[in-house]
Amino acid sequence: MDFGFTDDQREIQRTARELLAERARPERVREHAEAGRVDATLWRELCELGWPGIAVAEEHGGQGLGSIELSILCEELGRSLAPVPFLPSALAATLIEHAGSPEQCARWLPGLAGGEITGALGVAVEGTAQLVGGAPDAAVIVLVEDDGGGRVLTPEQAEVTPVAAIDPTRPAALVSTSEDAGEALAGDVAAGIDRALVAVSSELVGVCERALEMTVAYVKERKQFGVPVGAYQAVSHRCAQMLLETEKARATTGFAAWSADADTSRLAEAAAMAKAGASDAGREVTASAIQAHGGIGFTWEADVHWLFKRAQLDAVLLGGAKHHRARLAAILADQVGASAAA
Amino acid sequence: MDLTFSDRETAFRDELRGWLTDNPPDPKPPADAGDDAQFAWRRDWQRRLYDAGWAAPAWPTEYGGRGASQSESAIYFEELGRARVPFAANTLGLLLGGPTLMVWGTPEQKERYLAPILSGEEIWCQGFSEPDAGSDLAALKTRAVKDGDDWMVTGQKVWTSGAQYSKWCMLVARTDSDVAKHKGLTYFLMDMKQDAVQVRPLRQITGEAEFNELFIEEARIPDANVVGGVGNGWKVALTTLMNERAGLGFALQIRLRQLLDDVIAKAAERGLLEDPLYADALAELHMRCESIRLLAWKGLTDAERYGQPGPEGSLVKWLWSDTNQRLTQLAVDIVGPEALTAGTGWSYELLRARGNTIEGGTTEVLKNIVAERVLGLPRLKVAA
Repeated sequence: MDFGFTDDQREIQRTARELLAERARPERVREHAEAGRVDATLWRELCELGWPGIAVAEEHGGQGLGSIELSILCEELGRSLAPVPFLPSALAATLIEHAGSPEQCARWLPGLAGGEITGALGVAVEGTAQLVGGAPDAAVIVLVEDDGGGRVLTPEQAEVTPVAAIDPTRPAALVSTSEDAGEALAGDVAAGIDRALVAVSSELVGVCERALEMTVAYVKERKQFGVPVGAYQAVSHRCAQMLLETEKARATTGFAAWSADADTSRLAEAAAMAKAGASDAGREVTASAIQAHGGIGFTWEADVHWLFKRAQLDAVLLGGAKHHRARLAAILADQVGASAAA
Repeated sequence: MDLTFSDRETAFRDELRGWLTDNPPDPKPPADAGDDAQFAWRRDWQRRLYDAGWAAPAWPTEYGGRGASQSESAIYFEELGRARVPFAANTLGLLLGGPTLMVWGTPEQKERYLAPILSGEEIWCQGFSEPDAGSDLAALKTRAVKDGDDWMVTGQKVWTSGAQYSKWCMLVARTDSDVAKHKGLTYFLMDMKQDAVQVRPLRQITGEAEFNELFIEEARIPDANVVGGVGNGWKVALTTLMNERAGLGFALQIRLRQLLDDVIAKAAERGLLEDPLYADALAELHMRCESIRLLAWKGLTDAERYGQPGPEGSLVKWLWSDTNQRLTQLAVDIVGPEALTAGTGWSYELLRARGNTIEGGTTEVLKNIVAERVLGLPRLKVAA
């Protein structure tokens, strides 16, 4: 067993972190968030580096790497909150690649992999999907339905109405369509969604990690009653709890990414665990970060609220913790049934 | 990332699994057969492990082990847990005493003590905690004073499991009161078979006495039984404590998994898996169990690759103990009155689990360790 990354994966992580530390500084993220627009300059740069196509097959113009590499980039982008359409576009590409027809792959993946176009993924109920991140600028929108079906649409085949979500680092829209608009995804939509869940969970892990780092730095610095507040156990134990939640989410997310690449027999279970764990961790850790920052944590200037807001949107994306625990319970019930039958 | 076992590890697991299938322990003596019968059963089990070369695979071959890697050792405990066999009678000697002597013992000490630990001929116990020195272990007061070639020891120890069956006690005592509290300690091997050492069973909330108190009144320890040098007891004790969590953790993690599987089966039997509240709680426990497994393996393999295990191990123990308490509590709702009836397995698990967040480092201390040593938060200054 080895939980470590390969040298190549470590290199991807290191270069991504360095690049984003430089190009997605908090003040730059805030500037774009306040203007409600994506960072087009940074996005172009990431496209030149081939980021959007990292997990897309080479035959479709991508780098042909796996879920683990995609997960690494999502985590780093989550840490930085860079206002770029990476995740929505990667989610759309994942669904098309794993559940689409060869024609759909050929039509959409090269553009998504190269970054010439961006995509978005939404969950539709009776043809309407709310708060679809990345949809205002997407050239291709994938909608999945509760019944397990999925469709690929162009913006012309849907009504895309921008909506101001609480997280302005990722523009969102309401997407409505007639029920027969677009093309059906003919393949295994569920397997595509499980891979998409790994990507969202990875972003949440990155958000948690950053929230914890900011909090630890702050409570070491901030003094009350003559000592750093981080010396009080009420505060330090909260930080320890934040680490525990983050590491739990990282462990199950890593397992899910590995399952997607190496052993899909437990992918559905692993993806459900990853998303349930990361959704809860994202909410709890970022809420704790605000609390541990005290009054300053409630101000607009302290950047910790952006993390809370991103976590809120990601936590419900493709189903929240309760949804995925219900899925997991159904898987467990099937296993009990199977072993009883055996 | 590769979350599968290597061929060598798989072969190790299969060999052990095969042996356990072919050589099951005798049936557990009934609860009313008494502690002595239980202990004899575990001693017999250790003897069988020993005869087959399975008593301590992690020990180097020169001391009778198999030189198993840390991963293989973890597999060993997972498999023992999975087979639901008892812990070997001399688990403390095998896991703590032996490895501590291998690091700090003299050649004579290794020659004298290691073999009878392995065979189970001599049982070991651990004399660390005291009534006034629990989490603050270095504050211990048991004193050892030089008397010719011997040391004379007087004091009191607590939470000493297996003391009534033990020949040797890993004893930490104060040999110098004039230096800082961590510096005045010495690690001894104390012969338990002397009148100056009185063992009194300590009845716990489950009703049984898994542990004892030791009352030590001028017990004699030859100077040759000092381990690691006079005044070096804190460091030697840390070696013992580092080993405490390593192996056993994997057996306990599998035990938790089995208990959860039992609870899920009960829930299925009663149709509670379709109840959203129970389904949610059980799924959460399943996730915690998997997180514990993944984090435990991650800690171990990182240590194998990058050196010493980090204080991250505290996270696993914290999460395990909390999860076992949640699980045994939920089991009361799923199993029903049987779980609150004295003498049942479920009621035992419910009560025993309360000790999990206290023994081997309280959750409060573990959070301090995580905060200070993993996150680097400042330490609150307390009166020395």
